[in-house]
Amino acid sequence: MMRCFLVIGDGTVFEGMSFGHQCAVLGEIVFTTSMSGYQESITDPAYKGQILVSAYPLIGDYGINEKYAMSDGIHTAGLVVREYCHEPSDMYGGRTLDSYMKEHMIPGISGIYTRDVIKIIRDNGTMNAAIVYDEKDIDAVKKKLKKKIEPRCLVPSVSVKKAEKIDNGKGISIGIVDCGTVRSMISDLSEKYDIMMFPYDTKASEITDSGVKGLIISSGPGDPGDPVITATVVRTVKDLSSKMPIAGVAFGAQAIAAAFGCKMMKMKFGHHGSSQPVRSGKRAYITSQNHLYTIDPDSVKGTDIIVDQTNVNDLTVEGFSHRTLPIFGIMYYPPSLRFGEGSYFYEKFDKMMEARR
Amino acid sequence: MKKKYRKLMIIGSGPITIGQAAEFDFSGSQACKSMTEEGYKTVLVNSNPATIQTDLDMADSVYIEPLQADVIEKIIEKEKVDGILSGMGGQTALNLCSELAERGILKKHGVELLGTQPDAIAMSEDRELFKQTMIKIGEPVPKSRTVNSIGEALKAVDEIGAYPVLIRPAYTLGGTGGGIAYDEDELKEICARGLAYSRIHQVLIEESVLGWKEYEYEVMRDKNDNCIIICNMENLDAMGIHTGESIVCAPCLTLSDDDHKRLKAASLKVIRALHIEGGCNVQFAFNPANGEYRLIEVNPRVSRSSALASKATGYPIARVSAKIAVGYALDEIKNKVTGTTYASFEPSIDYVVVKIPRWPFDKFRMVDRHLGTQMKSTGETMSIGRTFEEALLKGVRSLEIGVTGLDRVSMSDAEIDDELRNATDKRLFVIAEAIRRGMSIERISDMTKWDRFFVLKIKNIVEMEDLLKRGLTPENLRKAKGMGFADPVIAALSGTDEMNVRELRKKNDIVPSYKMVDTCAGEYEARTPYFYSTYGGRCEVARDKKKKNVVIIGGGPIRIGQGIEFDYSCVHGVMTIQDEGFDAVIINNNPETVSTDYDISDRLYFEPLTLEDVLNIIEKEDAYGVIVQYGGQTSVNLAIDLEKALEGSRTKILGTSPDMMDVAEDRKRFSKLMDDLNISQPDSGTGYSFDDVRGIAERIGYPVLVRPSYVLGGRAMEIVYSEDELRTYVETAVKVSRKHPILVDKYLTEAIEIDVDLVSDGKDVFIGGIMEHIEYAGVHSGDATMVLPPFSLSDKIIEDIKDISSRVALALQVKGMLNLQLAVKDNIVWMIEANPRSSRTIPFISKAIGVPLAKIGTKVMLGKSLKKQGFVGYRDIDHYAVKASVFPFLKLPGVDSILTPEMKSTGEVMGIDEDLDIACYKALIAAGNKLPKSGGVYLTVNDNDKPEIIDSARSLKEMGFTLYATKGTSTYLRENGIDVTTVFRVSDKQNPNAIGLMREGKINLIINTPSMHSGARRDGYMMRRLAVELEIPFVTSVNGANAAVGAIKNAGSKKLSVRSMKEFH
Repeated sequence: MMRCFLVIGDGTVFEGMSFGHQCAVLGEIVFTTSMSGYQESITDPAYKGQILVSAYPLIGDYGINEKYAMSDGIHTAGLVVREYCHEPSDMYGGRTLDSYMKEHMIPGISGIYTRDVIKIIRDNGTMNAAIVYDEKDIDAVKKKLKKKIEPRCLVPSVSVKKAEKIDNGKGISIGIVDCGTVRSMISDLSEKYDIMMFPYDTKASEITDSGVKGLIISSGPGDPGDPVITATVVRTVKDLSSKMPIAGVAFGAQAIAAAFGCKMMKMKFGHHGSSQPVRSGKRAYITSQNHLYTIDPDSVKGTDIIVDQTNVNDLTVEGFSHRTLPIFGIMYYPPSLRFGEGSYFYEKFDKMMEARR
Repeated sequence: MKKKYRKLMIIGSGPITIGQAAEFDFSGSQACKSMTEEGYKTVLVNSNPATIQTDLDMADSVYIEPLQADVIEKIIEKEKVDGILSGMGGQTALNLCSELAERGILKKHGVELLGTQPDAIAMSEDRELFKQTMIKIGEPVPKSRTVNSIGEALKAVDEIGAYPVLIRPAYTLGGTGGGIAYDEDELKEICARGLAYSRIHQVLIEESVLGWKEYEYEVMRDKNDNCIIICNMENLDAMGIHTGESIVCAPCLTLSDDDHKRLKAASLKVIRALHIEGGCNVQFAFNPANGEYRLIEVNPRVSRSSALASKATGYPIARVSAKIAVGYALDEIKNKVTGTTYASFEPSIDYVVVKIPRWPFDKFRMVDRHLGTQMKSTGETMSIGRTFEEALLKGVRSLEIGVTGLDRVSMSDAEIDDELRNATDKRLFVIAEAIRRGMSIERISDMTKWDRFFVLKIKNIVEMEDLLKRGLTPENLRKAKGMGFADPVIAALSGTDEMNVRELRKKNDIVPSYKMVDTCAGEYEARTPYFYSTYGGRCEVARDKKKKNVVIIGGGPIRIGQGIEFDYSCVHGVMTIQDEGFDAVIINNNPETVSTDYDISDRLYFEPLTLEDVLNIIEKEDAYGVIVQYGGQTSVNLAIDLEKALEGSRTKILGTSPDMMDVAEDRKRFSKLMDDLNISQPDSGTGYSFDDVRGIAERIGYPVLVRPSYVLGGRAMEIVYSEDELRTYVETAVKVSRKHPILVDKYLTEAIEIDVDLVSDGKDVFIGGIMEHIEYAGVHSGDATMVLPPFSLSDKIIEDIKDISSRVALALQVKGMLNLQLAVKDNIVWMIEANPRSSRTIPFISKAIGVPLAKIGTKVMLGKSLKKQGFVGYRDIDHYAVKASVFPFLKLPGVDSILTPEMKSTGEVMGIDEDLDIACYKALIAAGNKLPKSGGVYLTVNDNDKPEIIDSARSLKEMGFTLYATKGTSTYLRENGIDVTTVFRVSDKQNPNAIGLMREGKINLIINTPSMHSGARRDGYMMRRLAVELEIPFVTSVNGANAAVGAIKNAGSKKLSVRSMKEFH
């Protein structure tokens, strides 16, 4: 195992050991407090280009199994852990995280006091960080990290390249504007619908022409206020708003809100993890989330957007509906239908679809 | 929002038993505080005086009364209670509430049950109802049948298809009376026991899921149907070993996120279907081969697991459950840990928690040590680390079982194989040993049914041991510390001594950093003063450097001999330290206790209680003082070494000097002191060989009390009556050698034993209480029934006791607490032993006299004289308090129920009343004795006792009891005009005899005082064992018999009244 370093934007350097693929990377550093689900996290396209720090110190304990991947590959730029497991439980086949990351050419660094890293991010906000291998490179990297890095729209890199049909033999078709869809969502929607996966920059006319009766704007990475998104996804939503039910998740929800005039803002360190409490009416739900941007609550005033769910802790917007149209969005991942618990998101979307029939 | 109530009642769990330990003092206390915080008037009822919840200021009224429906009804009436929190006192409180509801008592007095309702309780407690509910919501349960007889049980097995099957009695705690049957004979035996123990005479016969993994979920639900998971836990031991007997880690480590979400969804479905409001525990069996699961059990209340989950995550389950019970929703309750977030979140943790049970096998040599569905452990330790290895090794050394790491085990390969297949308490150490001997991980995993992940973790530890054997470098020292290796282990492996390792560590800056338990993995800023140590990373302890701080060393896991009483004193110490303007710091590793609640102290360190771990914290804290008198023998044993290690620092051991503590503990030094003070002591001697010991015994005369000087694995103390018995003892029970001598004391026969607890400041003495034992000297004071104040001693003797106590305290220059054990024989007061620390009886006396002794003692240690505090002399009271003990015999087949110098009880209760007989009656029934009002009494007493039993026998006859006796006793009684039926001795093997009569249900009380040699005592074993299983009260001393008879008589004639503690003082 090779010695390597995690260099954070505030100048802090942590020494650790390399695992997975060996290559220097630079990216925005974010953390997750989920205690399991490392494979689901690193394969979530919403983490595209980010260096993910795991609060839980033991990672890789139950190995890797293809059925748990959220997409075709690993999207995080790097993974930072306290300890990764060389010899996992064999209950799920026993494949190691190390070999998985090697296959997808993603670097990992272990032996890092991740709690200390997280406290830095918590107190200073998200910043850039890098994994480097040569001690001599550290100073140069520190300088590089200080420079503001021009935001780059990440959606094109995770979206499908051309429209794809997933025929589930359901006879009714909906579209997903793919900004970085997770597989669990596709499989949940496949229970009821045939699905058309559209590239993020698909034009409204193309979508109506395809015959889909409803539209989902998926979760995904980065800033929904990015001009590229404004010109594509946001625009499409505007164009289709009176034509069919539209629902969005996380990034997708923000794009919808943007289409109705809301502004986006970057959060200090975002919501990443499986324990975000959301209040909806009299009920409070515990949700899984992964987003660094949120809807500016002040910008909602005067729009047709009605905020109907909020975060119990920081009062950020967690869900909204359109005043009149069958359009809504949530900032968290809907719990998968497979677990039989039911889901506000799918139920509401289904109702809107039925009303349209 | 919350509802209005006139007055809320919180019911405690009664005495500590196997399966129901200190966790309910913790939950009840949290609930009391939580309700007071909401402005409710509260009433607390518990029979256990050794609890923080029975402190005067915990509730508006506190009752120490037997936990029985009739008694509770009286309190409800008197206090005008209109709401009861049922879920805070374990199975005891839950069963009581069910009974109150069933009998219409709640309705009659207009009392509402808060939280989970009786029908919901029944749905999770009644096996058949539970099964049907689960089937209705589509959740899988093992195939099973509820049966009420052995015949039905046999039929049920036919339907299930194959042995083994599990037997689970309904309405019991800790799996009492359950088991696994591999064939018909075992089925019959276990069923008979289970049926007898079930409150509704019902057991469940169930499909075996042996070898499946076991996962647990701690869930909360409020009235708005909001549900959250507090944490999940993984049992290292597979199904077949009770979760209370298993090593457990949190969170689950080998469960995929997907399967976690499946089990989470199932847990939520279950808690909703059962309409539980508050905390609840759901147990799953999980088949690692195919991912199938079965719901095993739901506890519709806070439990041992929820106490563990609370401590593991920092989430106050009991506090929140109590708020939910009065009508709050989760998102209306603030998370006190962060102060900024709400109770409706799922805690994220960023460490590994390991729980290891503490078994009483050191005390009970005859007990079968195998682990199964019946709980045998008395307590547990919890440890926190940032690697699994670290948490595990910290847990191992927290157990205080004489090991510091995964110590070697001397077993043959065949024995190892057997142990791996059939777990005992040694399992963990045997796995390490098997790895050292080269057994493959796969084979170990296969035999133990442990996930190979955990076996590999142990392999990591073994490999680290090998590395250390090859030499000590800063690099591998750092690595070893990160894996939780203790300094003495590192020293032993690398051939140096502990202090050298410590030096090397400090030189290389390998010192622990302390991390916070904050419920949110660092995501939010938290202010909880709750820490654990790890190696590496930033230290998160922030303390006010201007404030002086005092460290209290806690008592560790609950075991026989060191129970909740010590935690009680620790908590009082903490409160007093704070009152006196210092910061109070507590070190402990017992997740069940109040002392480890995060809001008790200024800083809580969840750590092992070894010299190294304690010293690290003291140094980190730069403490002003350390209190070693409150953590039982655990902390006392550290005193001398701590003082030595702290030499030159500013930290002082507060109170009595460690040297003087040593005088009290060291027999030779103490003996000399007694001679100097002219205080009588039984003759004694120390023997280094059998001949030596025999010589001493002859000199001082039989019977003698013998015990090894060095106690390892619980080689017991015994009274021997002859040379033959002495030989047997030396040959079988202990090894005697130059290094390990045997201590021999003259045994004072038929002496009255006395316990004294006092506080001294070196100048004055305050005697808190003089307690007279009902049993003769020779029964361990932890087991004896005690009365405060003395009831049979003359004024002269009492004055002698006071005089001796004061002189000893002043001679030992005690500053703080002192416990003395004395005996009275031939009008002389004899010194048995002195304990220079807070004792087991401190809470009992404090409650009985209404003076908090441990608080007074703490103030003394902090420099406030007794005169200044206004406590000098002796406190007279105008009522009686009786302490009775509770024993684990039912759960530990093979243990003789006769009381000896070796302690056997797990817990205690208090009966308090103006009238001695009633106090006695209350204590006896509170301890679970089913004192009869009519029926049959079996008497067999030795010749010495015969004259003394006449009055009792006559009283029993007058009350209408039928008396049965063996020939000797019956002849004697008849000669004295008492009508009695003669029966055969058990050993005559003819009918009628006691065993037969007991089985027929004709005997409801047994008075058996065996003659004074152990042969006769052994003869009664079968009878005593049967009495335990049939729950027939059994008295083995004539004084005990007279007390019981007095109690029965008066309970029948006088009206039992209830009085709150405030009314007594």
